[in-house]
Amino acid sequence: MDSLQTYLFISAILFSLGLYGVITRRNGIAVLMGIELILNSANINFIAFARFGGMNLSGHVFALFVIIMAAAEAAVALAIIINIFNNLQTVNIDEAQQLKL
Amino acid sequence: MLINYALGILFLPLLSFIILILVGKRLPRQGDWVAIASVLITLILSLAMFGSMLLSHDPGFSHEASIEWMDLGAFRIELGFLIDNITIVMLLVVALISTMTHVFSIKYMAGDIRYSRYYAYLGLFTFSMNGIVLANNLFSLYIFWELVGVSSYLLIGHWFEKDSAADAGKKAFLTNRVGDIGFFIGVMLIFTALGTFNYGEIFQGVAQGDMAGTLLTLAGIGLFMGAIGKSSQFPLHIWLPDAMEGPTPVSALMHAATMVAAGVFLTVRLFPIFTPEALLFIAYVGGFTAIFAATIAITQNDIKKVLAYSTVSQLGYMILAVGTGAYIAGFFHLVTHAMFKACLFYGSGSVIHAMHHALHNKHDHDTDPQDMRNMGGFKSKMPVTYWTMVVAALAISGVPLFSGFLSKDAILAGTLAFGTHHPQHFLLPIFGFGAALITAFYMFRLIFMTFHNEPKLPELYDDINESPKEMTFPLVLLSTLSVFIFYTLPYFNPLSDHGWFMELVKAKDSMVPGNPSAHEIAEGIHHSHTLTMILSTLVAALGIFLSWSVYLKKRISADAWAEKLAPYYNLSLNKYFIDENYDKYLYQPLLRLADRISFIDWELYDKYFINGFGHVTKWLSFLTGRTDYDGLDQTIVDGLGRSMSKAGSTLKEVQTGRLQNYMLFALFGVVIIVIFQSF
Repeated sequence: MDSLQTYLFISAILFSLGLYGVITRRNGIAVLMGIELILNSANINFIAFARFGGMNLSGHVFALFVIIMAAAEAAVALAIIINIFNNLQTVNIDEAQQLKL
Repeated sequence: MLINYALGILFLPLLSFIILILVGKRLPRQGDWVAIASVLITLILSLAMFGSMLLSHDPGFSHEASIEWMDLGAFRIELGFLIDNITIVMLLVVALISTMTHVFSIKYMAGDIRYSRYYAYLGLFTFSMNGIVLANNLFSLYIFWELVGVSSYLLIGHWFEKDSAADAGKKAFLTNRVGDIGFFIGVMLIFTALGTFNYGEIFQGVAQGDMAGTLLTLAGIGLFMGAIGKSSQFPLHIWLPDAMEGPTPVSALMHAATMVAAGVFLTVRLFPIFTPEALLFIAYVGGFTAIFAATIAITQNDIKKVLAYSTVSQLGYMILAVGTGAYIAGFFHLVTHAMFKACLFYGSGSVIHAMHHALHNKHDHDTDPQDMRNMGGFKSKMPVTYWTMVVAALAISGVPLFSGFLSKDAILAGTLAFGTHHPQHFLLPIFGFGAALITAFYMFRLIFMTFHNEPKLPELYDDINESPKEMTFPLVLLSTLSVFIFYTLPYFNPLSDHGWFMELVKAKDSMVPGNPSAHEIAEGIHHSHTLTMILSTLVAALGIFLSWSVYLKKRISADAWAEKLAPYYNLSLNKYFIDENYDKYLYQPLLRLADRISFIDWELYDKYFINGFGHVTKWLSFLTGRTDYDGLDQTIVDGLGRSMSKAGSTLKEVQTGRLQNYMLFALFGVVIIVIFQSF
C-alpha cells in the first residue's frame, strides 16, 4: 500500500473532486473549496514525489509554499466574495456579470 | 492680275453672305449695304476685266490658273479658273444683273422680316453662279452647280410661311436633282474615259478620239440633262413657273443671269464635245421647249407666270441654237435676254409693288396683285415702268433696233441653215419661227392688258403710283441696254449682229469628227441671214399686230376664240396638264411604291426581324438575368454570406459568458491532449 501509485491515485481523485466542485458549483465559496481541494491534491503529489521520486526537501518546500499561497488566496478570494455579497446580496457567481455597477 | 480680279469677283459675294448670315441683323440697315457694296465691287472688277478685253481685242484670249485640291494618284482634283472672253462677258452679265437686283430689292423687300437673310442668300447665289462661270473643270463646276441649286432653294422659299412658296422651293430643288443625276453620270463617264475633269484636256482627249461614238453621245446627253434641269427645259421645266413664288427680284436674277443661264452656259462651254446625235437631241429638246412654253404663256393671266413661261421658251431658243451648232448665237441671246428679261421682271415687280400698295391701302387682301385681269390702264400712272417694259417687250419680240432682234436673228438663221442642210429636220426652224410669233403675241398681250385699256378695278386706280427711284433705276438702265447699239459697237448697223461681241466671242470648232466646223456653221448662218431677217421681222410684226387687234382694238374677241378652241385653250391654260400627269403617273405610283416599301420595312422587317431580334435578346437577357440573380447571387454570393451568418449564430452559443463552461471546455481540451499523448 505504501507506494507512489497509491498517493498519486488519491491525489487524482482529490483533484477530480476539486475540479468537479469548481465546474459545477454556483456558490462562490463552494468553488473556492474546490480550488482548495485541487491545491491540496497538488500538495499530496509534491509530498509523494519527495518521498518516492527523489525530489527530497524541494518537495516539502514546494508544499509549504503552496499552503502559504493557498492561505493568501483564500483570504483575498473570501474578501472578494464578501464584497460581491455586499453588493449583490448573493454569492452565486453566475449573477456577478457586470463589470461595473 | 486677272486672277486676282477673278478671285475678288468670286469671293466678295461669299464674304457678304458670311457677314450677313452671322451678324446681319445687328448691322445698321440690317446690313444691306454690305451686300450692295460687295456686288458693286464685283461689278467694277467685271467692268475692268471687260474693258481690258475690249482694249486687247484678242478673240483667242484664254487664261487658266488652278490649284491642286487633292491628289490620290490616278484621281487628281483641281480647282481652277478658266478666263476667256465668254467668261468675262458672262461675269459682267452676272455682276450687272446681281447689282440691279440688290438695288431693286432695297425698296421691294423693305420691311421684310428676313431682310438681312434675303441679302445674304443673294450673295450666296451670286457667288455660286460666278463659280460656275469661272470653273475650268467639271468637278468645280459641279460643286458650284449644286450650290446654285441650294441658293435657289433658299431664295424661292424665302417666304416659307406660305406653303406654296415652301413647296415651290422643294420642287425646284428636287426637279433639279433629276437633271443633276444625268449631269453626274455624264461627268463620271467623261472622267472614266479620259481621266480628267479639265475642259481643255477633255477637248484634247475627244479630239484625239480617246472617247467617241455612243459613249461620248451618252456623256453629252448626260451633261445636257443637267442643263435640262437647271435651264428648265421640257420635261423638267415644271419647277420654273412655280419658282415665281419667290420674291420678284429673285425671279429676275434667277431667270436672267444666274440659275437658268447656268444650263445654257454649260452647253456653250462644252459645245466642242457634243456628238452630232447629242446635238440633234439638244436641238429638239430646245426647239420643242421654245414653242411648247410659248403656247402656255399665251393663256396665263398671272403676270409673272407669263414671264416665267417666256423664260422657258427663250431658254429653249438658246438650247436650240446650241443644238444647231450656232452656239455663240445662243450665248449672245443669253446675254441680251438677261438684260431685257431682267427688265421685264423688274417691271412686273414694279407693277406688283404698286398693286400691292394700292390693295393694302384699301385693306383688300383677297384680290390677287399679280393677276393681269385686275390691272389695265396703268400707262399714265407708271410711265417709267411702262416705257421700259415696252422697250424690253420689243426686244424680246425681236423687233429691229433692239438687242433681241440681233440675237434671235442669229439663232433663227442658224436654225434655218441647219434646216436647209438637213431637210428631214424641217421642224426645227418651224419651232423657232413659230415661237417667235407667239412670243411677240403674248408679250404685247401682257403690255396691253397691264398698261392699256380701261382700269379693271377703278377703285384701286387712284392709289396706283410709280415705284421709287431704287426700282425704276434698274428698269431704265436695263431697257437702255436692250438697244442694239450696245452689242454692235463699234458699228451702227441695226440689222447686223456684227460688233464687238461677235468679233471677240468666237465659236470654237467642234472636237468631234462629223460635226461641221465653226466656219461652215458661220457660212450657213451668213447665207440664210437675209431670209431670216425678213421672216423674223414679219413674224414679230404679225404677232404684235394680232395682239394689238385682239387686246387693244378688240377687233377680234379673245373670249370668242377661246371658246371656239376650248380644248386647246384649256390645254394651254392648264399647262398641258404636265403637273397633273406627273402627279398621276409619276408621283402617285412612286408614293405607292414608297408606301409598299415602307410597309415591308415597318410591318415586316421591323416587326418581325428587328423586333424579333429584340424579343430574342430580351428573352436571353431575362434568362441570363435569372441565372445571375437567382442562381449565382442567391446561392453562391448570398449563400456564402448566409451560411457564414448561420455558422456564426450557431457558434456564438458556445460563448456563454459562464466561466465554468470555459473551464469545462479547457478540461475537455486537456483530456483530448492527454488521449492523443497516450497514443
